[in-house]
This record gives sequence, C-alpha cells and structure tokens, in this order.
Amino acid sequence: MAPAVPRSGDAIFANVERVNAELFTLTYGAIVRQLLTDLEEVEEVNKQLDQMGYNIGIRLIDEFLAKSNVTRCVDFRETAEVIAKVGFKMFLGVTASVTNWDTEGTCCSLILDDNPLVDFVELPDTCQGLYYCNILSGVVRGALEMVSMKTKVTWVRDMLRGDDAFELQVKLLKQVPEEYPYKDDE
Amino acid sequence: MAAIYSLYIINKSGGLIFYKDYGLQGRMDTNDSLRLASLWHSMHAISQQLSPIPGCAGIELLEADTFDLHCFQSLTGTKFFVVSEPGTQNMENLLKHIYELYTDYVLKNPFYEMEMPIRCELFDINLAQAIQKDRVSYLGR
Repeated sequence: MAPAVPRSGDAIFANVERVNAELFTLTYGAIVRQLLTDLEEVEEVNKQLDQMGYNIGIRLIDEFLAKSNVTRCVDFRETAEVIAKVGFKMFLGVTASVTNWDTEGTCCSLILDDNPLVDFVELPDTCQGLYYCNILSGVVRGALEMVSMKTKVTWVRDMLRGDDAFELQVKLLKQVPEEYPYKDDE
Repeated sequence: MAAIYSLYIINKSGGLIFYKDYGLQGRMDTNDSLRLASLWHSMHAISQQLSPIPGCAGIELLEADTFDLHCFQSLTGTKFFVVSEPGTQNMENLLKHIYELYTDYVLKNPFYEMEMPIRCELFDINLAQAIQKDRVSYLGR
C-alpha cells in the first residue's frame, strides 16, 4: 500500500467547514475581556491564555497529524517549517515564515503574515503588558509537547504593542522521547 | 461473519482507553483486555529496541494462523490496533480512518479527559458506521 502523501496547508484549509471570521474574532475578544474582568492582573491573564492554548494544543496535534499526513520530522528545522507552512495555514488560514535561526538550530522565529485574532483590536493603556495572542504560544507549546519536544514559546514582537509584525519565538529546550522502563538496574 | 474481530485503542502510557469486540466469542473480561493492551504496548516498545536499524516505528502487522493484528501508532504515541481474520485487506486505511474519528469525536469533545477511557457516544456511532462500511465493501468483493 503506497504511503499517504503529506497534504498542503491550502488543500486542507479548503476542505474544512467554514465559520464566520468575525464570529471567531469576537469570541476570542470576549474570552480575553472576561479573563481580564475575572483575574484583573494582566500577568495572570497572560498565563491563563497560555494555559488555554496549551489545552487546545495537546488535542489539536492529533487532528493536525491525521489530516495533514506529515511524517516524522527529521530535525527541528523541518518541524518549524511544517508548523509555519502547514499548521498555521490549516487552522488559522495564514502562512508564517521561519527566520532568525540560532547557530545550534534549536531556536527560531515564526513571523505571521496576518493574524485573524487581532482584527479590529486596540490595546488600551490599562492593558499594557497583555499578550493578547498568548493563546497561540500555548497552542504551539502544547502541540509540540505531545510529539516529545519541550519548548519555550514567547512573543518577541506584537503589533498590538506597537511593533511592526507578529513574531513568535520557538525555542527547543529538549527532546524527550518516550522512555520505556526496561532498564535492568531499576 | 465479521472480518474484524476486535478494536483496541491504547494511550501513550499503555493503558487501554477503548475496546470493542465484533467477534462471535463475545466481549473479553475487562481485566483481560487491560492486560492484553499493556502486553501489546510493551511488545511494541520492545520491537522498536530490537530493530537493527535505528528509528524503528514498531510492529505494524502480526500474522498468526487464525488472526492478523494490524497496529497503527500516531506520532503522539496513541496506538490503534485491530484483530482481524487472516488476510483481511485495507486495515491500514481503516485504522487511519479510526484515527481521524478519534481526533474528531474524542479529542474535540471538551469533556473528554486526555488519556482516560473513551466514553463518547458520537465516537461509538461513527465508528460503528465506519466498521459497517468496511464490512460492506469487504463482502462486496
């Protein structure tokens, strides 16, 4: 039986069910506003958004693997490319580019062309320090953890805070393949 | 007359999260099924260590005289395996399809706890339809 060919992000995105983009933006905005009301502290909201994203990411990864037919990535460079070109396209409908690789190949930046979460959004002065899109960093972290990669994902540039782009830094901390307890000395 | 005898889904730690029996023998005792699942999990892991070439993905097919066992492991470590009649075709596609049903009806259920036994009615319904469709196409050959 011939192995399944990996599908492009565009092809998958074209085949999923559609929802109104504004409903998506409004729903996310409502979540952030509610968290700000409930938690009051901007740092707490950042943490909570990241946690929510993590809970989404751990489930989303299997959906991604099932629909896109990607095979195991050879190295972290390939992983980053797959996230940027297939992952973001498939779920958010936007492409990202991968830049700023460090010398060891364990840290890179994903720059989003577009960000549907922030349509129509402006941060007020009372919310300086809020990473509005922090859910995305949680999603990437959660998804990668399920495929044995412990990562640190942070926003380097955020257009809502005055920068010129959305740049997400993904740093691979360590690979943790499933250990099977068959060592004799245990 | 079923081509498929049973379906098992194991989480990444080797615990049985789903077991469905389609054979004539009737449902296996719960403890036995749990034991079988963790046995298979261990065998699968050992097979990866035994491989002379690094990067082995583990056992995909086990052929015995009275049954075949087809196993699919996702990159997240969840294993789907089906015990079927010897020579049953198309099991890899069925397993991939079941994986898709799992990502839809189990993982997207916000009340399903990760790694816990699957108790999702929608998953059962769609799984039954998938198995039925496979059975129909099998009989049609």
